[in-house]
Amino acid sequence: MKRSIVCRCEDISEEDVIQAIEKGYTDIEELRKKLRIGMGPCQGRVCIQLVARILEKKTGKKISKIPLPTVRPPLVPVSLGTLASEKNEK
Amino acid sequence: MKSKADVVIIGGGVNGCSLAYRLAKKGLDVIVVEKKYLTSGATGACGAGIRQQWSTRENTQLAIQSVKIFERLSSELGQDIEFRQGGYLIAVHDEKEMKQAEKNVAMQRSLGLKVDILKPEEITGVVPILDVQGMRAIGATFCPTDGHANPFKTTFAYADAARKLGAEINTHTVVTNVKTAKKAIRAVVTDQGTIQTDVVVNAAGIDSKTIAEMVQVKLPLTPFRKEILATERLQPLFEAMVISFKDGIYFSQQKEGQIVGGIPIPEEKGEYKTMPTFAFLSHMAQTLTRYAPVLKHVNVLRHWTGFYDVTLDARPILGEVKEVKGFIQCSGFSGHGFMISPMVSFLLTELIAEQKTSEDLESLNLGRFKGKNIEKELSVVG
Repeated sequence: MKRSIVCRCEDISEEDVIQAIEKGYTDIEELRKKLRIGMGPCQGRVCIQLVARILEKKTGKKISKIPLPTVRPPLVPVSLGTLASEKNEK
Repeated sequence: MKSKADVVIIGGGVNGCSLAYRLAKKGLDVIVVEKKYLTSGATGACGAGIRQQWSTRENTQLAIQSVKIFERLSSELGQDIEFRQGGYLIAVHDEKEMKQAEKNVAMQRSLGLKVDILKPEEITGVVPILDVQGMRAIGATFCPTDGHANPFKTTFAYADAARKLGAEINTHTVVTNVKTAKKAIRAVVTDQGTIQTDVVVNAAGIDSKTIAEMVQVKLPLTPFRKEILATERLQPLFEAMVISFKDGIYFSQQKEGQIVGGIPIPEEKGEYKTMPTFAFLSHMAQTLTRYAPVLKHVNVLRHWTGFYDVTLDARPILGEVKEVKGFIQCSGFSGHGFMISPMVSFLLTELIAEQKTSEDLESLNLGRFKGKNIEKELSVVG
C-alpha cells in the first residue's frame, strides 16, 4: 500500500494524521502527543508544516491561525558528553 | 456547550479526565472544561513514572491500589496506555539514607509490597549501564512492580471513554468565574458560556489556586518549575526507572527508546517562568553521565518545563472544602499526580456519586493544614 510519509523520524503517514484528526485530535499539540510528530531528531522541521496543512484541509481553520508547537531547546541534537563538559560540577 | 451538568470538572489533565470517565460511568452528567488542550499542563510535561515506594503509609497505600488499577486499565479503556512494570531502583548513598530506606521498606512490605534492598554489586544486575562508584551508591531499593505508562495516551484514553459515556469535554475553554449562593456552588462561567451545576471539581493544576480564589478559598499551593530532557531513541538498555533522593535525579528509558529524565534546577525558586534553562541541561548531563558514563555519546533532542503544584506536606488536596458546598479539590499533587490518578478518581467518584467518604480522603482534606501535626512525604524527587 502507498503511504505518504509526513514525519520521517517517527514514521507517521498522512493517513495516520487524517485518522487522528477525524478522531477529534484537532489541536496541533494534541496531534503531537498522540502521534509523536515533532518529537524525533528533526524536532518538527519536516513534519509540522505538513501537519498544519492537513489540519487546515480537514478542519477549515486557516493555516495562519494554527499555532505552532512550543519550540524546545536544544534546537539541534547535542550529546550529553558535550553538555556535561561545562565546568561547574562540585 | 451544554448549559447544565451534574458535575463540572475544571482541568483536562489525567486527573480531570479519569474522574470524568468514572463519574460518567456512574451515570452522572459531566462536563470538563480545559483552558488549552488535553494534557497541556503537568500531565503532559511529567516523567511518566509510577512508583509505590513512599515514606508515608498513606501514599504507599494509594500508590499500591493505583498500580492495581493501572494493571487492567488498557483493557478497561479499550486503548493501550503503554503500562510497563520495569521497577524503580532508588539509589542509597549513605548510612542516614540507608536507615530511612530500611524504615520505608519495612513499612512498604507490611502493606504487601514486594520491595528489596540491593547490595552495591546487585545494582548493575537490574540496570546494567549504571556505574555504582560514579553514582556513589552504597546500595539501593528496588520494587519490580513499579513502572511507567504513557501520560498522553492514558489521558486521551480516559477522555475518549468518558465521551463515549456521554461526558462533554471542552478544550480551549477558559473559566472566568465560579458562582456560589448561600455557600454552595451554583454555576461555572466560561468564555464559551455558563454552566449551571451544584458540583465543581478543581483539577486545574497550578491554576487551582486561581480557581479557588473565585470562591474565596485559599489553597496552600506553590508552583515549582521543573525541567526534563529527552534523548534520541536507543535500543532497549534498561527497564527500571533510576532515582536518587539525594541527587534529585530520575531517569528511565521509554517504550520508544528515548531516555527521559530530570533533576532539580540549580537555584530553583517557586515561580511561573516557563523557559527551559541551560543550568538544568548542564547539571542534568553531568549527573546523568556520572550515573551512566556510557550515555555521554547519546544526543539530547529537547528539554521542557513543567510545574509541580506543591503543598506543605507534598501530598494532594482532595475532597470537598468545608467553606463551600459542592466545591471539590483535586490538586496539590506535588509532582505525583499521574501515578496516583487511578485512586484519586476512584475516591472522588465515591464521594461525588455516592456521598461516601473514606479515611484516605479525610486525611487529604484541605482542613488538615489547620491541624498541627502533618506528616511530610520525604520520598520526593525531581
